Amino acid sequence: MSETTTPALDEKDLEAIVGQVLDEARRAGATSAEAGASQDAGLSVNVRLGEVETLEYHKDQGIAVTVYMGQRKGTASTSDLKPASLREAAEAACRIARYTAEDPCAGLADAALMARDYPALDLDHPWGLTADEGIDIARACEAAARERDARIVNSEGAGINSFRGTAVYGNTHGFVGGYATTRHALSCSVLAGDDAGNMQRDYWYTVARHRDALEAAEAVGVEAADRALRRLGGRRLSTRRCPVLYSPDVARSVLGHFIGAIRGSTLYRKASFLVDQLGEPIFPEFVHIHEQPHILRALGSAPFDNEGVATQARDLVSGGRLESYALDTYAARKLGMQSTGNAGGLRNLTIDPGPMDFEQLLREMGTGLLVTELIGHGVNMVTGDYSRGAAGFWVENGEIQYPVEEITVAGNLKDMFHNLRAVGSDMDLRGNVRTGSLLIDGLTVAGE
Amino acid sequence: MTQTLETARQHLLDPSGLTDSDLDRVLGTLAGPGLDGGDLYFQLARHESWVLEDGIVKEGGYNIEQGVGVRALSGDKTGFAYTDEIAPASLMEAAMTARAIGRDHQDGSVPVRRAAPAHRLYLPVDPLGTLDEQAKIELLQALDAEARGQDPRISQVVVSLAGVHEVVMVLNTEGTLAADIRPLVRMNVHVIAEDREGRREQGSSGGGGRTGYGFFLEKERGLGYAREAARQALLNLDAVDAPAGTMTVVLGSGWPGVLLHEAIGHGLEGDFNRKGTSAFSGRMGQRVAAPGVTVVDDGTLEGRRGSLNVDDEGTPTQSTTLIEDGVLKCFMQDRLNARLMGLAPTGNGRRESYAHLPMPRMTNTYMLAGPHDPAEIIASVDKGLYAVNFGGGQVDITSGKFVFSASEAYLIEGGRITRPVKGATLIGNGPDVLTRVSMVGNDLDLDTGVGTCGKEGQSVPVGVGQPTLRVDGLTVGGTSH
Repeated sequence: MSETTTPALDEKDLEAIVGQVLDEARRAGATSAEAGASQDAGLSVNVRLGEVETLEYHKDQGIAVTVYMGQRKGTASTSDLKPASLREAAEAACRIARYTAEDPCAGLADAALMARDYPALDLDHPWGLTADEGIDIARACEAAARERDARIVNSEGAGINSFRGTAVYGNTHGFVGGYATTRHALSCSVLAGDDAGNMQRDYWYTVARHRDALEAAEAVGVEAADRALRRLGGRRLSTRRCPVLYSPDVARSVLGHFIGAIRGSTLYRKASFLVDQLGEPIFPEFVHIHEQPHILRALGSAPFDNEGVATQARDLVSGGRLESYALDTYAARKLGMQSTGNAGGLRNLTIDPGPMDFEQLLREMGTGLLVTELIGHGVNMVTGDYSRGAAGFWVENGEIQYPVEEITVAGNLKDMFHNLRAVGSDMDLRGNVRTGSLLIDGLTVAGE
Repeated sequence: MTQTLETARQHLLDPSGLTDSDLDRVLGTLAGPGLDGGDLYFQLARHESWVLEDGIVKEGGYNIEQGVGVRALSGDKTGFAYTDEIAPASLMEAAMTARAIGRDHQDGSVPVRRAAPAHRLYLPVDPLGTLDEQAKIELLQALDAEARGQDPRISQVVVSLAGVHEVVMVLNTEGTLAADIRPLVRMNVHVIAEDREGRREQGSSGGGGRTGYGFFLEKERGLGYAREAARQALLNLDAVDAPAGTMTVVLGSGWPGVLLHEAIGHGLEGDFNRKGTSAFSGRMGQRVAAPGVTVVDDGTLEGRRGSLNVDDEGTPTQSTTLIEDGVLKCFMQDRLNARLMGLAPTGNGRRESYAHLPMPRMTNTYMLAGPHDPAEIIASVDKGLYAVNFGGGQVDITSGKFVFSASEAYLIEGGRITRPVKGATLIGNGPDVLTRVSMVGNDLDLDTGVGTCGKEGQSVPVGVGQPTLRVDGLTVGGTSH
């Protein structure tokens, strides 16, 4: 199999490109400017029913430039990194900045906050995955799923992908920084069927910066199969109030809503249910939520944010109290605060695990709903009202009784945070949000 | 069409000096005996956006994206590569990479190209130039003032304006040549209302289509979005907890058609049915909806957000009857899945960009009108929910379970609309929800042009629509029971 032959741009090339676009911006009249350039390349392979389905070679590049003319702002981006296009982008951004309004909060992050000596975070581990190798791994993964049980009747296939990207950010404070990252992932999705012709699909995946940290292909396949199988025979529930145990992979979304609510842009618009809650208890006292941007090899790690501001480990919730918001420079100025290095989001948000593992949490819950899948977008960030489609298992006396489906779980996120009874020790580290299972009391389950 | 082709050529090929013989050579690498053919998808998209917040236009953005995607097909296998450099060498390199999927790597020849027939559902305008910059700013400001003028409780207003000028060209190894120039504009107004007790609520509204920005000035459409967003936010300030449980639900006309998109639309896409992974697999010709229910996917509506003159594989779009009088009639197909299922493509092959593979996707999906007056439908319900505005939805194709989230809803008590209730997610089972449709309204309406559909990580603009519907038995995910 052939590989693309166009040489990859390295950090130095991208630094030069960022420098060029900043020069062009100044030439076009910008008083200050910032730019981010990136290039990503990768391979993704999908295998279905033992045969290759798709083989995709990816190569994406782009640059985005933001200019300020005094307090007016304009942005432009292009996928073409040739000098003429860089000039056009800088000029387009300046053209826009002539029409936007003076905004006292607009501008680069404070120069004093720029990351000076930032750490190397060990995020770049190219695999050199070839198409043939990828096909073999995906085949092994899917085969393990299909051979798991005769009731695995169909497959959406297994896919593997491996990407390497380099990103550089620079601004007219003189800051320029960049680094390369890799990301490798393997996933599998299969269908289980019963005699009545009902089908259930489920999936599993593994993702890491280093190939050695991936779960074994067979283990991913087996987990996907087991997850699909256990959903067969799903029933509905009658409408009720009960505790809900979110498995770690769906618990992540609950913390995602927390992130959304402490984000600067939602706060200064008063579009968050956590407006004015700084220093207030929003979780029970045992809860500790923190950001850990410098974990080596972690998926969410970054030495500086999207404005060049140094990232740092810090508490967001301590003793149950909201200690900090997640602010970029603009939101910070709107709120009269200082950037927390969160332009571009939070990095490795972690809720500390509690002492109980998953089985102990089931017993702790006693009778209630174990949720393993959520669908839909029924969350109102302004009010905290929460209502989502769910599937999972009904639990009695700490034991799973039967699968359930076509139900909703509803409540209000403010109450749900206060009613968090326990965090599991079963941490899921596959993403930017790191959590164990979450046991939450007092949700409404709607069904028959 | 000739003129569109000429324009597309000027935008996509001429700047890099790509000639017909270059294209023949590249297509030839995809036409060898080891492959079932392939295609090239050239795209140039220029996008702009403007955002007003706190009463000032504080952000504007401009983006250019261009490239070419090369696909090689062999049975049900697809090889794919793309490049953002439209030039002979990089195009050939992408083609050689993509064709690695085939059994052997010989070149072949391609038939003489012929221009595919195409509709003319929108003018080949560049929407970005249909208003000057100052007029765009004034439009945003007018909507801001309109929303704030509705009520002193409107405390925050965010207005956005976006336009895309997209030029695409498709060539395949069967000799198809197609081009399309696709304008797309969109406005949105999001407001927050805050009452004296500090209770806050939100409302949002918007619209758009395949046209220029003048669309928002006609019939005060833009101002209408501002009024509508404010109305919803104010209404929600008075909303009580939504009910929980299974009940009769009356869905309003227009955007609530997102029901059809989630409950049956995705399940009728050809790829899932070829693979047998859809809850609708093998159900062709069977009853999947109540008598009187007819659902179409129609990519040929003039100026609509989900419409296309040709799809992203060069197939002209069409109106496809998915469900006729309650019986499943047709799936939506791209070329690959149609070929593998021995059926005809239906003009539903779509892709987010040159860097993504096409797959069967919806265009404008809606239910035809029935006999009932909407007032008669509401009056027929003793106790239930009347839901008229929705956020997004989602579906599990295999189990058929789908959700869609109401953002404006009311209780129906004794045949009358009584109190507004908070938003809630509604959940149902796709293959049987339409069998529970007991009344179909005579007020078919399409949405205002706001829909974006996500599938396997790719987003495309779509439309939905329906008349007022009574559904006997949908589960409402509120908190009150």
